[in-house]
Amino acid sequence: MIVLPDLARHALGLPVEATPTAASVDSLHAAVITTTLVGTACVAAVTFVFVLRYRRTREAPAATPRIVASGFREWLTASAVLALFVGFWAVGYVQYTSIERPPSGTLVVYVTAKQWMWQFTYADGRSSEDVLVVRAGTPFELVMTSRDVIHSFFVPSFRIKQDTIPGRWVTLYVDAAAPGSYPIYCAEFCGVAHSHMLGEVRVLDEADYAVWEREATHDGYAARGREVAASHGCLSCHALDGQKRAGPSFAGLYGSRVPLDDGRVVIADEAYLTHSIVDPLADRVAGYPAMMPSYHGQLSAEETGALLELIRSLRDTLPTQGRVP
Amino acid sequence: MTALPIPPGAAHDERSFWTTATTIKSWLVTTDHKRIGILYFVATTSMLFLGGIFAIIIRLEHLTPGPTIVSAETYNRLFTLHGVIMVWLYMIPSIPAGFGNFLVPLQIGATEVAFPRLNLASFYVYVIGAAVVIGSLFAGGVDTGWTFYAPYSARTPATVLPTLIGIFIVGCSTILGGINFIVTIHTMRLRGLGWMRMPLFTWTIYATSIIQILATPVLGIALTVIGLDHTFDWGLFDPARGGDPVLLQHLFWFYSHPAVYIMILPAMGVVSEVIPTFAHKNPYSYRAIVYSTLGIAFVGFLTWGHHMFVAGISRFDAAAFGLLSMLVAIFSAIKVFTWVGTLFRGSIELAVPLLYVFSFFFLFTFGGMTGVAVATMSLDVHWHDTYFVVAHFHFIMVGATFTAFLSAIHYWFPKVTGRLYARKPALVGWALVTLGFLVTFTPQFLLGNGGMPRRYYDDPVGFSVLHVISTMGSWLLTLGMFVVLGVIVHGVARGAKAGPNPWHSRSFEWRTASPPPKRNFVGPIDFNIGAYAYDVADEP
Repeated sequence: MIVLPDLARHALGLPVEATPTAASVDSLHAAVITTTLVGTACVAAVTFVFVLRYRRTREAPAATPRIVASGFREWLTASAVLALFVGFWAVGYVQYTSIERPPSGTLVVYVTAKQWMWQFTYADGRSSEDVLVVRAGTPFELVMTSRDVIHSFFVPSFRIKQDTIPGRWVTLYVDAAAPGSYPIYCAEFCGVAHSHMLGEVRVLDEADYAVWEREATHDGYAARGREVAASHGCLSCHALDGQKRAGPSFAGLYGSRVPLDDGRVVIADEAYLTHSIVDPLADRVAGYPAMMPSYHGQLSAEETGALLELIRSLRDTLPTQGRVP
Repeated sequence: MTALPIPPGAAHDERSFWTTATTIKSWLVTTDHKRIGILYFVATTSMLFLGGIFAIIIRLEHLTPGPTIVSAETYNRLFTLHGVIMVWLYMIPSIPAGFGNFLVPLQIGATEVAFPRLNLASFYVYVIGAAVVIGSLFAGGVDTGWTFYAPYSARTPATVLPTLIGIFIVGCSTILGGINFIVTIHTMRLRGLGWMRMPLFTWTIYATSIIQILATPVLGIALTVIGLDHTFDWGLFDPARGGDPVLLQHLFWFYSHPAVYIMILPAMGVVSEVIPTFAHKNPYSYRAIVYSTLGIAFVGFLTWGHHMFVAGISRFDAAAFGLLSMLVAIFSAIKVFTWVGTLFRGSIELAVPLLYVFSFFFLFTFGGMTGVAVATMSLDVHWHDTYFVVAHFHFIMVGATFTAFLSAIHYWFPKVTGRLYARKPALVGWALVTLGFLVTFTPQFLLGNGGMPRRYYDDPVGFSVLHVISTMGSWLLTLGMFVVLGVIVHGVARGAKAGPNPWHSRSFEWRTASPPPKRNFVGPIDFNIGAYAYDVADEP
């Protein structure tokens, strides 16, 4: 991968590249912007030359020859430009999907946006406001939602952005970042204090992170999920140890391939699990009765996040057939 | 060559449409497409200045970080109304309803449009809609941005409803105008004037009209559901009650992306007329311009999802919308190559309309290529909702469409008024507008690269110098616009007599008197020589 020289990065006004993803996105950026500048300059230059060469010198114009482009030339030009643009698209697609698709074994942080702050909850149960703490060199995954209107989580130094949508959980994967502090902006207009909905990603090196981890005093976020599951009656139908009750067990559920009663097979990810909480009968697991009520509006974002963490924490409890690696 | 027949209804009255009746009432109840075009021109240009005032205040606010002259609440209302007024009240109707009304019948040899009274009605529907939108200012204004994203638009304490109703009414006017042009172009072309001999401006108005009648109803749906949600708390976009906030984005952009082509296609039509006239040369490929116009109109309906790359749409959707967006860029690139090729071996007169078109070349190519850049998915993730996007679409909306609008004003000035504008002040206006535009919007690309989100009242850190340059550019642009206004007013009042065809154009609208008589043509019309037949020595 070509690395963008610092000079070019400064000329383009780009912030520091804190992740490998940011560096590769910047290379494509440089290629596309250079093409744009060269293309525009060529159009301007050819126009200028034609104007100099064919400028009208007399008062009244004389007849000019009739020149019409050949079909071959039209197709050739169109195809060449199309090939260039599709090339941009292809590289962009590969980068875009790499941002979306997390490898397993990453750190997970739950993000809840609300007017006008960011709340981060970690697997050990701690939470922080507006400051996201992660370990340098370790990829991490953000599991995000919003409590009110649409916000957008934007870290320029990572070249990533993701809308947080009320009622929906979306994931965002961040490559191993270099130690440092990077600003977070809200990028989707969310009201009067939109421009003050700022935050900071604090990427700590190994030693500092260890210190930060030792400060943990809370019970784990999964333990909180267990409380939520118990108090909302989830556990009477969903066992935590692999037993089959009225509903599937949470053990080994996360990331597994789940056969549905209509024959489809889905992967039990955040989107599927949260959808099943609010609309359980829409995608019902095969072999279970249609009896779960909707928990629409009954769980807060924090409680839903805790349930997700509980289910995630049990992913390796009971290996099931057909796990996604 | 034999002359084509006199169009039905052509009279022998040679007096111009300005002088046949001069009372105020004769203007207010006119069914003459030329007068309706002028009414539209005056109304939409007034809206341009109103939207411009908001823009100036927005830029002033960014002169310093933190509060400068307005509060955050006011700022949010200003950028919303700037967008609403510029998009719906100025840009969408300006070229089609203003210049289109005046020119399409002249370019196809018709004496009027198919539905003259409907044409007048569409103008008044527009005026009512515009009045309601402006009236919403006094009801407290709206702070959602012109995109009305839910669920913010359902929850905001601001009064959303009057603005929505106003835009809805303007949408009805857009549909009526579109129907009128389509029927006119299909049924009222002079006998013998085939589709592929039509002037290119009329082609773009035709394609624009199709988009108008197909896309605008979807805008109506989107505005209606937002209104119901905000006023009666229906919860259509409230996830706590089973609604989906992203659904609105699909509805909104299904209209609003094609709407971009409602704004740019007529501008491309202007360019396609101005270049052959001042290069005194046939278009390098008439066919390519026509087909790429229709291609943009069609593919424009299939690209809306590129506004939603970070809104949680699926990978497949993102890939499909990204690829289809590249097709629009191809059609635009074909046009640029064809326009530049038209200059080859021409007889180029560096008149003011052509200089505006050269500005258009540069700004449209750069703006269009940055469109390719933001359609590249991984790059858009960084740029989405930053000033880069603001700069990109202002290069298209202002750099291309507004520049073409100014080109059109200068080019058809003698046609409409029978007079010439003063050339030197017009040159000054062109230079100021182009320079002012570049100084205003080029720094915004860099702001976006740096990560400055749009719709930010405050300036987080470190972007200020670029904001100051951009604000100063907006003063230059404003100055340029007032110079242009002065040139127009002076030209109307004191301009020298122009004669019927001062640019030696071959296009059909120049084959009658300037200004045209009330019924457009007197006596038989000769359209046998094509609209771009510059290899013929004699003027038709």
